[in-house]
Amino acid sequence: MSGIEILEVSLISAAVIGALLTGFAYATWFERKVIARMQARLGPNKAGPAGLLLPAADGVKLIFKENVIPAAVDKGMYFLAPLISMIVALLAFAVIPLGDPIQVPWREGLMRLGIADFNVALLYVLGVSSFAVYGISLAGWASNNKYALIGGMRSAAQMISYELAMGISLLGVVMIVGSMSVTDIVLWQKSHVWLILVQPLGFVIYAITALAETNRAPFDMPEAEQELIAGYHVEYTGMRFALFFQAEYINMLTVSALGASLFLGGYALPFVELPWFGDLAVLLAKVVLGMFMFVWIRATVPRLRYDQLMDFGWKVLLPLSILNLVLTAVGIVAYQNWM
Amino acid sequence: MRAVDDLELIQPPPAPSRPLPPTEPVVDEPMVLNIGPHHPSTHGVLRVVAQLDGERIVSATPDIGYLHTGIEKTFEGKTYVKGTTLAPRMSYLSPIHNNLAYVLAVEKLLDVEVPERATVVRVILAELDRMASHLVYLGIHALDLGASSLMLYTFRERESILDLMEMTGGARMFPSYIRPGGLAMDLPEGFEAAVGEILDRMPSAIDEYETLLTKNPFWRERTMGVARLSAEDAIAFGATGWLLRAAGIAYDLRKAVPYCGYESYDFEVPVRHEADAYARYLVRVAEIREAVKIARQALSRLPGGAWMTSDRKVAPPPKQELADSMEAVIHHFKLWTEGFKPAPGEAYVGVEAPRGELGMYVVSDGSGRPWRVHMRSPSFTQLQALETMVKGGLLADLVTGVANLDPVLGEVDR
Repeated sequence: MSGIEILEVSLISAAVIGALLTGFAYATWFERKVIARMQARLGPNKAGPAGLLLPAADGVKLIFKENVIPAAVDKGMYFLAPLISMIVALLAFAVIPLGDPIQVPWREGLMRLGIADFNVALLYVLGVSSFAVYGISLAGWASNNKYALIGGMRSAAQMISYELAMGISLLGVVMIVGSMSVTDIVLWQKSHVWLILVQPLGFVIYAITALAETNRAPFDMPEAEQELIAGYHVEYTGMRFALFFQAEYINMLTVSALGASLFLGGYALPFVELPWFGDLAVLLAKVVLGMFMFVWIRATVPRLRYDQLMDFGWKVLLPLSILNLVLTAVGIVAYQNWM
Repeated sequence: MRAVDDLELIQPPPAPSRPLPPTEPVVDEPMVLNIGPHHPSTHGVLRVVAQLDGERIVSATPDIGYLHTGIEKTFEGKTYVKGTTLAPRMSYLSPIHNNLAYVLAVEKLLDVEVPERATVVRVILAELDRMASHLVYLGIHALDLGASSLMLYTFRERESILDLMEMTGGARMFPSYIRPGGLAMDLPEGFEAAVGEILDRMPSAIDEYETLLTKNPFWRERTMGVARLSAEDAIAFGATGWLLRAAGIAYDLRKAVPYCGYESYDFEVPVRHEADAYARYLVRVAEIREAVKIARQALSRLPGGAWMTSDRKVAPPPKQELADSMEAVIHHFKLWTEGFKPAPGEAYVGVEAPRGELGMYVVSDGSGRPWRVHMRSPSFTQLQALETMVKGGLLADLVTGVANLDPVLGEVDR
């Protein structure tokens, strides 16, 4: 890799991180606005036109908040936990391709639109996202608060059980495409069909486990406001709290983008070839669709109970994802032999 | 930061150099979790001391008293009419029923005749109050289980009921419109049409809520078989209202000990037998529908005429009489300086409030102020059933249990 390519990747990384941090802010605005409309309210409408400046106001407020550190917290872990959450949330986005490679004037060859593309990308995503549980359970453990502790324990159990079903549900995709690289998967869909048509069950399982992985309603057990007040981040204030908050929303953006790339054709549209900004816009639209689903579900259904959540994960989702795996394998063999 | 510094000053002494004796083996003991008084789902300032084994509830003891107002004692310093405005304040979700129960008890002491128009208006207001209170229960219960939207829908409907309350007495929460002997004033123009409009809208609104909840698998998972209270336990705890009716006992004071002419209305008492949170939800939804039915009947039979008793010892004379009747002036003076004076004695009246039997016990010593006022409030009586309902359940079931008891802490502590 030449120096100029390293520079390119660094710039793209910076742009993606910047986009994610802004995207987080506007994801909160989007959620508030959409959920308000669903709940017969207006939502933010005071700070700027249509409340668009509210995320900025929130950010300023959080930065200026006093950082209250409760007595007898485990300081090292207490400071580390939000950082783990945040960094892990940002890492997973690295393998999402943002568009077709483009011709650039300053060098030969094509420039990849995306940070990284390697042959075990999906494995990397699963590995990195399973680290997120450390952030949450360490926060719960270190906070010296019983509510936080329960929240942390819940999240550890929940994320570990749903990770399994999520991983297996993605295997179907890998088997069909024959590659773990997200770019390859998107390209396969570009030349064949969207994988949601081939893997409907896999997509449903992925969508459900995505809700659980991001701790969103109806699986928001770790923070269950009405039971645990705020769960694992109950003792965090100011920007430390904001880091958890950011991590949650960036995770939502990431799983939306990943779901779009794996099942909905990623940045590509069928039958049309778009310029690079068109690719970006298509991906953004699909991410917004995913975010809308998150908000819609949150506005509609009650929260599951902890034991029901575990039952559902182990007794329903896991067998279903294994079934999906078997069906896919049988389907592939049948296709290869008889078609 | 100072607090942390102070803590550092009282650090334990450095550990001794010789090895410590072997410690006792770790014993599994339940974790004590203080839920409340500041907690999003304790419906006010209820504190529940819960012992948890993991997430399973070993015990849950309600600790009350954070909202003690001394309201019973306050009654003793006020004339009977002033007590009318005090009674609703102990329950901010069903103020009309508090108002009504107190007024009925005072009227029983006075043995006064109430005009038909006032009685029918009382029924309309009471049923509207029942709807408003049940709507709050429904919305908050759903919110407690994490479904936030329903709360805003039910509050939207409740809002229009509060608008009606504002039409009657000028205040939205505590209109105190029902007075000993009748009503504070006649109904405003357009009231009947406004009530009719809300009654027309309510059934479809309830259908809408039911589409969100009744067949929702999440809702059923969270409520079916949760917070059970058997009929025997309910009776043993003195529970009334929907706790009994969801356990298969069709006990409703409007049928059992009718007041305000409820015996002449045609309505059902909804009963379920499962005795769990889901059954209670169905009972309450059915009760809103019945309340609409009763209110509609009352509206259709609303007579004209007097809205206040003509007994000048109880009701002040109309303004125009003061100009030409000396007697009227004397009555007016007596009523405003010392109030009416019921004969010595005691009276108890129970009404079917949204949460169960709400009783008012008023003792008169023959003066213008009550000697003692005591309430039998359903929230207080039923709160003691909490532990029985949630024991052995998970932490999340405690939230369901509290939401099911639907306590109004102002009524619990008084």
